Amino acid sequence: MTEHALERPQVLPATRADRRWLGLAWRQYRLERRMFWRNPSAAFFNFVLPLLFLALFGAIFSEEQADLDVIVPGIAGMSVMSTTFSALAHNLVFLRERGILKRMRGTPLPTSAYVAGIAGNAVTNTALQMVLIVAAGKAFFGVDWPGDPGTMVVFVVLGVVCFASLGVALSHAIPNFESAPAYVNIVFLPVIFISGVFYDADNVPGVLRAIAEVLPLKHLVDGLSGAMVRAEGIADHGTALAVLAAWTVLGTALAIRGFGWRSSAR
Amino acid sequence: MPETAAIEVKDLHKRYGSREAVRGVDFCVKRGEVFGLLGPNGAGKTTTVEILEGHRERTSGHVSVLGHDPGERAAALRERVGIVLQSCGVYPHLTVRESVGHFAALYPAPRDVDEVLDLAGLGELGGARTRTLSGGQQRRLDFALALVGDPELVFLDEPTTGFDPEARRQAWETVRSLRDLGKTVLLTTHYLDEAQALADRVAIIRDGEIVAEGAPSELGVGGERYRITYRRGAESFAEETADPTTRLHQLTGEALARGQTLEGLTVTQPSLEDVYLELTARD
Repeated sequence: MTEHALERPQVLPATRADRRWLGLAWRQYRLERRMFWRNPSAAFFNFVLPLLFLALFGAIFSEEQADLDVIVPGIAGMSVMSTTFSALAHNLVFLRERGILKRMRGTPLPTSAYVAGIAGNAVTNTALQMVLIVAAGKAFFGVDWPGDPGTMVVFVVLGVVCFASLGVALSHAIPNFESAPAYVNIVFLPVIFISGVFYDADNVPGVLRAIAEVLPLKHLVDGLSGAMVRAEGIADHGTALAVLAAWTVLGTALAIRGFGWRSSAR
Repeated sequence: MPETAAIEVKDLHKRYGSREAVRGVDFCVKRGEVFGLLGPNGAGKTTTVEILEGHRERTSGHVSVLGHDPGERAAALRERVGIVLQSCGVYPHLTVRESVGHFAALYPAPRDVDEVLDLAGLGELGGARTRTLSGGQQRRLDFALALVGDPELVFLDEPTTGFDPEARRQAWETVRSLRDLGKTVLLTTHYLDEAQALADRVAIIRDGEIVAEGAPSELGVGGERYRITYRRGAESFAEETADPTTRLHQLTGEALARGQTLEGLTVTQPSLEDVYLELTARD
């Protein structure tokens, strides 16, 4: 056992440690991807559902280009939320309940590399969705390529960080896996209905509109809609960026503060 | 090999609110030995082990695991420790081999995956999805995941709880093979026969305190006490004595003089079980 002490210096040279970190994060990421496609229910809820909604609502509103111009960026916003917020809240509760988080914590895998793998998986889903939605918009729903792709990327990235942090934060409040869908959907479903995913948010009645104004999704959809349909830049959506940033700060603080590795039942 | 202990615990306390789950525990595990922490449910075994694993913070006391304070959660320590916990699950959608392979990649000098599968008795099940495994098979996978990093020290928290006798026997074989590999093992159990069969030394814990410690054989002797049982006709007799030689001579002499036989005659020393029940009996 002495050779262990000789072989392994306490501090690895920074570059070697960094490469090892990257290698571990990459491995975890690939594992998450593989598991994602093997779990049909998760793949359906977080991945297929927004695309199904896009197909259905696209078909229903196919006569009205003005409606399609709302639906396509609306579904893009919904996708950001479902691939990050809903997916992470579900997954983390599952991993916590099953004791998988606790097991991973007992290994030398750095926490940051583990989180990077899980987050990378969610971000990949978001990116795939954005590509599919933009392509479907162009091919079937008369929405041209995004007028301001840079702004679209900025909003997607900010939306991902914002909703991912809120998803992690929500997972702390969910007592067990059986109740996770209820907790996630009681937030997700009302928010997508009042935030202008399926129709222009300006047509929502006053009180609901006021609530939507405070929540992040409406602002994400506004930003995406501007970038995708009207070629509006970042400067046109200062308020939207500010609201998303505020929710990101809150979500991150709650996500870090409440983080627990083990099931609350134990 | 340095002559330091693998695990040192001095005056360990853990308080949950007003309840003190661990109240001044001391013990020491030597390198290469299988140490059993034996006690009834709720005695503080799992809390103690989880503190040693770095999963829980201690309230006070000194703890050293392979020269590290586990509370600091150094990667250099986690690379050298394998953990089998009751409360840890596995990814349900991976195969057994994928799971073990993934964990192997997390350690700097892992063992060969196939070798570990064989060691854990999972050789035939490498391609099976983990969610299709039986309880006993899942626990074998727990072993495999804990061993694949080639740890020096292995924590086994109640490794056979809920096992059928065959799965239990297999798990015991795995623990013995760990000892043969020169690993240090800290085993918690509430089964006496398990501690007796596997551990080089045992500490009995009750209400958060160590009430006895020693080799199972030493604990089992519990002084010069022997128990003699026999039947005469339909009647059963049992008695305890400190001098079985003299007492047996009397008994057999009397029986022979009367032309009788002592049916089912046995002489036994109190087992660890008797000592355990005495030590952990509630007043």
